[in-house]
Amino acid sequence: MAATPDSVGGASPGGLIGWIDERFPLTKLWREQVAEYYAPKNFNFWYYFGVLSIVVLVNQLVTGIFLTMNYKPSSAEAFGSVEYIMRDLDWGWLIRYMHSTGASAFFIVVYLHMFRALMYGSFRKPRELLWIFGCLIFLLLMAEAFMGYVLPWGNMSFWGAQVITSLFGSLPIIGGGLVEWIRGDFVIADATLNRFFALHVAALPLALVFLVIAHLMALHEVGSNNPDGIEIKKLKGPDGHPLDGIPFHPYYTVKDLAGIAGFLVLFCGVIFFAPTFGGLFLEEANFDPANPLQTPPHIAPVWYFTPFYAMLRAVPSFAGTQVWGVLVMGAAIVVLFFLPWLDRSPVKSIRYKGPIFKVALAIFSVSFVILGICGLKPPSGIYPLLSKICTALYFAFFLLMPWYTKIDSVKPVPERVTGHA
Amino acid sequence: MLKRLTLMAVFLLPAGLAVAEEGENYLHAGTDIYNTESLQRGARNFMSYCSGCHSLQYLRYNRMGTDLKIPPADLTALMFTSTKPFDHIVSAMPVDSEKWFGKRPPDLTLITRAKGVDYVYSFLKGFYVDPSRLWGVNNEYLPNAAMPFVLAPLQGLQKPVFKSESVDGQEKMVLTGLELIPPPPGQEKRYLTPAEYDDFVRDTVNFLDYAGEPIKAKRQSLGIFVVGFLLVFFVFAFLLKKEYWKDVH
Repeated sequence: MAATPDSVGGASPGGLIGWIDERFPLTKLWREQVAEYYAPKNFNFWYYFGVLSIVVLVNQLVTGIFLTMNYKPSSAEAFGSVEYIMRDLDWGWLIRYMHSTGASAFFIVVYLHMFRALMYGSFRKPRELLWIFGCLIFLLLMAEAFMGYVLPWGNMSFWGAQVITSLFGSLPIIGGGLVEWIRGDFVIADATLNRFFALHVAALPLALVFLVIAHLMALHEVGSNNPDGIEIKKLKGPDGHPLDGIPFHPYYTVKDLAGIAGFLVLFCGVIFFAPTFGGLFLEEANFDPANPLQTPPHIAPVWYFTPFYAMLRAVPSFAGTQVWGVLVMGAAIVVLFFLPWLDRSPVKSIRYKGPIFKVALAIFSVSFVILGICGLKPPSGIYPLLSKICTALYFAFFLLMPWYTKIDSVKPVPERVTGHA
Repeated sequence: MLKRLTLMAVFLLPAGLAVAEEGENYLHAGTDIYNTESLQRGARNFMSYCSGCHSLQYLRYNRMGTDLKIPPADLTALMFTSTKPFDHIVSAMPVDSEKWFGKRPPDLTLITRAKGVDYVYSFLKGFYVDPSRLWGVNNEYLPNAAMPFVLAPLQGLQKPVFKSESVDGQEKMVLTGLELIPPPPGQEKRYLTPAEYDDFVRDTVNFLDYAGEPIKAKRQSLGIFVVGFLLVFFVFAFLLKKEYWKDVH
């Protein structure tokens, strides 16, 4: 490759890059999406969880490919093939632990990412579609995680899948047929494992990647929100760039690099020293192979589903059907999509919202965590009552939002962002 | 910073609670997978007393030999005659062994991962005389266990100690503990001492813990280097960020 004088810097590089640029907008994409994407300069700690979600997604895709090379999606061989990966495959244990820990890490960073959006009003106009794409990613992620959880074919995989798929059976009229259609059999069986494998390794990851791209395109179209909830595009300098914005590269690439390093310390800490995480990330009952004749003493989903599982159990059966719990659980996800139109506050960020919102968000967060704990426990003692109260509080946060955000006091929002982290 | 830590604490709370509340009353096994001699003794114990009925179907003889530093000649002594070093450790139980015990003796490769070392340790110390059972023994930690007490020639037999308790207005006998039946006079040396038996069980359970995850010791020692490297990398990444961000005001 001969370097021509105009290949150094400048607007139209020659050489290989120039050759590509005449045929594909490589430099243009790099400039628009990274080097000249102006992000607010006041991102704080909470803004790491977006990039960390991508890091975990890539981790899941890459380790998933290598697991797929050695995993056998059949009810007779699945459990043994996982042990083969753990024992006989070189570094198979590391790949498997990266994948299993990655699943839990994914939900941790996504929950914190969503919490950030709640705090700083990142779902507000003009970011409604950005938020909706995010909610769809969350929904698909739950499906992806559920199906992946079934694949090792442990006893909890089997019974968890049995319980969750049977929920569809409570739907009137179509319920019974729907459950059989999902399972491909009358119970969770080889056919179910095969189709869950297909969905887990091909269909859902593909859809997830497309949605992540749409999520990023929407983000780069409207621009990032920030902890002050101010639109930095409103104040531009003579160069046409936002006064409070800095180019994503190199400022946020180096900052995210440090954030990723910090995350990897924790992530690898779990992989190497506590891959089961006390039975939360890999459950004890899943070291017994699937056994249709032996129910585990206590069936609970993995920790990241337990808040919703607790809501399911909190609703009593009524008029001879259990469908109400299923509907409530579904509504807990659906209500997220409407968030942009529920918040009527004149300001976006919690920094300038009044005490009512702050208290509401605190109660909501604590309720969600308590629901998570309740979902892990057998439904006895104080847990059913706690689940009922916290389910009510979860929905109250959303359904009362149009009212309490309107009457809440607000502080004046400054013109410029306040400082930088 | 404090606010951040508080928030992180709130999110990590469920993990802590779930771990803290595991409250089964098992004995403490006190095993140590870094103690190779204990693992070697455990392997010998398992092959002598357990492998007739219980397989370790995911563990190969040669993997065990390498990890536990067992010389090839000694390893061959642990194997059934027709097996090869790369074979999995299977038992001699026929497929219809369910007819013998009411339950096929389970594979034990992952028993410590499914139930924990403390459970297996307690189970092997929990057999007591119960004439109502098929094999004349019952187990404190797995009531109505199907397994005969094959370690009786080592431990001797234990008798149950019951206490009468009133449950919902009804008198019930509750098992409160086990007591070793003393050997007949003149045969005091017939069994292992209680301390020796504890060591025997501890070594065996330690070996089963190894069998559950052969890579565990290497994983942990490797982890120190990986996390150490990442900490150093974090420092440099942080300094790089500081340098770049100098001109942001």
